[in-house]
Amino acid sequence: MSKTIKTDVLIIGGGPAGYPCAIRAGQLGLDVVLVDKSGLGGTCLNRGCIPSKALIHAATRYAELTTHAHDPAMGISCAKPKVDMRALTGWKDDLVDKLTSGVAGLLKAAGVNTLNGWAEFADAKTCTVTLDDGQTVTISAKNVVLATGSVEVELPFLPFDDNRVISSTGALNLTKLPKTLAVIGAGYIGLEMGIAFAKLGVKVSFVEALDRILPLYDKAITRPVSRWLKTHNVDMHLNCKAKGLSKTGLLYEDKDGAEHEVTAEKVLVAVGRKPLTTGWGLETMGIDMDGAFVRVDERCATSMRGVYAIGDLVGEPMLAHKGTKQGEMVAELLAGHRTRFDPIAIPAVCFTEPEIIGVGLSPDEAKAAGQEIITGKFPFAALGKALTMQGGADGGFVRITARKSDHVILGIHAVGAHAAELSGEFSLALEMGARLEDIAGTIHVHPTLGEGFAESALAALGQPLHIAR
Amino acid sequence: MGLFSLKLPDVGEGVVEAEIVEWHIKPGQTVSEDDHLVDIMTDKATVEIPAPVSGVIKEITGEPGDILAVGSVIVTIETDAAAASDEEAPPLRQAQGEDKANKALPDSKPTPKPHSEPGPKPHPRIQSGAGSEPVEGWGGEERGSARPLASPAVRKRALEADIDLACVKGSGPAGRISHQDLDDFIASGGRQMVSSAAQMGRTKRTGINEHKVIGLRRKIAQNLAASKRNIPHFAYIEDIEMDALENLRAHLNATRTKEQPKLTLLPFLSLALIKVLPDFPQANAHFDGEAGIATHYEAVHMGIATATPNGLMVPVVKHAESMDIWELASEITRVCNAARDGKGTADELTGSTITITSLGALGGIASTPVINAPETAIIGVNKLQVRPVWQDGAFAPRKMMNLSSSFDHRIVDGYDAALMISKVKALLENPATLFM
Repeated sequence: MSKTIKTDVLIIGGGPAGYPCAIRAGQLGLDVVLVDKSGLGGTCLNRGCIPSKALIHAATRYAELTTHAHDPAMGISCAKPKVDMRALTGWKDDLVDKLTSGVAGLLKAAGVNTLNGWAEFADAKTCTVTLDDGQTVTISAKNVVLATGSVEVELPFLPFDDNRVISSTGALNLTKLPKTLAVIGAGYIGLEMGIAFAKLGVKVSFVEALDRILPLYDKAITRPVSRWLKTHNVDMHLNCKAKGLSKTGLLYEDKDGAEHEVTAEKVLVAVGRKPLTTGWGLETMGIDMDGAFVRVDERCATSMRGVYAIGDLVGEPMLAHKGTKQGEMVAELLAGHRTRFDPIAIPAVCFTEPEIIGVGLSPDEAKAAGQEIITGKFPFAALGKALTMQGGADGGFVRITARKSDHVILGIHAVGAHAAELSGEFSLALEMGARLEDIAGTIHVHPTLGEGFAESALAALGQPLHIAR
Repeated sequence: MGLFSLKLPDVGEGVVEAEIVEWHIKPGQTVSEDDHLVDIMTDKATVEIPAPVSGVIKEITGEPGDILAVGSVIVTIETDAAAASDEEAPPLRQAQGEDKANKALPDSKPTPKPHSEPGPKPHPRIQSGAGSEPVEGWGGEERGSARPLASPAVRKRALEADIDLACVKGSGPAGRISHQDLDDFIASGGRQMVSSAAQMGRTKRTGINEHKVIGLRRKIAQNLAASKRNIPHFAYIEDIEMDALENLRAHLNATRTKEQPKLTLLPFLSLALIKVLPDFPQANAHFDGEAGIATHYEAVHMGIATATPNGLMVPVVKHAESMDIWELASEITRVCNAARDGKGTADELTGSTITITSLGALGGIASTPVINAPETAIIGVNKLQVRPVWQDGAFAPRKMMNLSSSFDHRIVDGYDAALMISKVKALLENPATLFM
């Protein structure tokens, strides 16, 4: 028995792009249907941002306790800790459940009709949803918003088998810790997961095809992470290509073509993500593509009138907060507002050890863009609050890049313990068009890590207070 | 393995060259990123240059005391990186003296006597700094990027009101646009202005940029001003029927071998000049007005005025009289390309005895070229075009080209100049005679 729904707005995908779009559209009085299959909150809440941060937090706690067990730093000592992975993932799952049910509640409050099922388009404005109970619903909509997100890239010679070869999703759901773990790919996903498992006592090895970690960041910013990996006995096989499984581990080839083996009970493949463009009828919609992604303009409009696309589906950076902003914007557009997606910069964070935050241009990028620049750098080692949190010794710093002629800030980067939490002020500074003097002239609370930002601006102006000129 | 060429960085405002004080590394030595490589001194300060990459030092350029141009390669480092970074510039082997680094037009000093076999002494490579660089200013009218500075809320309001923020004057620091600025803009009728004129891109242009004239550009300015000030120029323009020459040129180009270069007009004009100049030695000469000496040359060192990225340069085809048409064509191309790429040696950029200037496809109807002092003549090529010519009682379409020339009237009489050009005209109109 199939029934038919007509609606103003049909949103496909309930992740961090789709659900904010639905909430805002509902708030603005539009008639909204949201179709989602893989869990409200999408990759972010279920398989990405949130569970990985929970795992990282737990792993950090475990690592701290382990440290205290054999070195009574700050006068604190304890017995050697134990970790029960089943309980840990259970705690993480509870957290995820709480957040996803929160999303369901918010959608309901906004008057959104949420369907749990898989949508398949017959044409650009019509789709059939197969509900969990097997029933089908046909939806025809005036406007369609595509927010299907992305999936992990699989290596053809190392397909995910949910046993030895796992994806980041699989890694988040391990109920037993492996003794050894090989991670293919030293991008932010691989590093976040690999570092967490290293903190949990797993012997972790990385195999990376490039000659460095985190290629999107400059070397100065990634150096503290490299140092942490080195001092924590994580093996880095850079310039190396994974070849396949062996009985006891992972085979890889170095840059000279010699084959080696790294012992690994599990192999985590973290070589990137790709937009989910198949299995739901995209090909029937007559939409232009931009490589693997759906092509959109600055209003997130596709080549088909009344069809919009947001989030990971439309390109890099594949970050939740970018999708969220695009979702809000499209909802406002559909409600008749004039708007467009025009951020000055999209901030990005790596929850590595230590954390990395970057927004705007790095000094090299600014120079490449033809800007004459000045930079200022302030080390966490000179920051009281960082020292009180034992965050001064890992090489962290804040670096500000500004145009030389008028001191307008072009980019802000930081690496260090808890540095990610500085991202909001960094982004605000760029969006507001702040100059170095604006940051230097803003009173920052003492003692906080935020002081490092003000000091980096002072350093760029040639007048730092807490480091020698 | 890749090679990284470290160029002498711009170490200070307006600095075009710097002196090597001390090397801290040797070729063959392994260095790490940020290692101290060399101290250099400008007239403002001594600066330490660190290694930008890790690797093995392949080559260093210059001894302590040498003066290098900004932008020239000082160190080549072999890195582990797979790809070579930075383009390879030719090593600056030796360049001393304040003047040489920026010399393009020859100074008034005797040219080498006609014996100049390429000797064993190394030719200094000449690299010029950028012709001009913007003077730094404090924000104000000049916006460093195309994007107007405004907060997200202001941007949103502007979009909703259909206002292009690029048209709104910001009163804040660095030209930041506030809500008040937007209000003022709307109140002043700016919105109407935007919707008509500004949408067509018609806004007031108010930017003023001062540029310091330094380096090669300054040299060009000085030389040309001196030439115009000191030399009473006599300009003479003649038209030449080019049909026969163009037919010959097309034929030669169609039948040339793989090794032979494509022929332009310049080698033919050179041939004509080489043929007539022995009869007009005063036009293939240098004149030192202060000493009162005109030096006549038997050799023809043909200067070719060339537009380069850095400005006008005059590379020289030495002993043009000893070359056939193909050799002339190859040599003209070679010296001009060397000048354009900044690879011309001092020898290749000095010592011309007469200069040809051509604006190629542009060319205009006529020009009054400025003499490349201390020479006494310059020949300018104008545009070739089909014009109606009255011949045998009817108009006939003919490929006509004007030849503009300037002479130092102190040395060359008008009658002689006219006679010389008429002989050039006769040779070009009867191209077979060029080869007799």
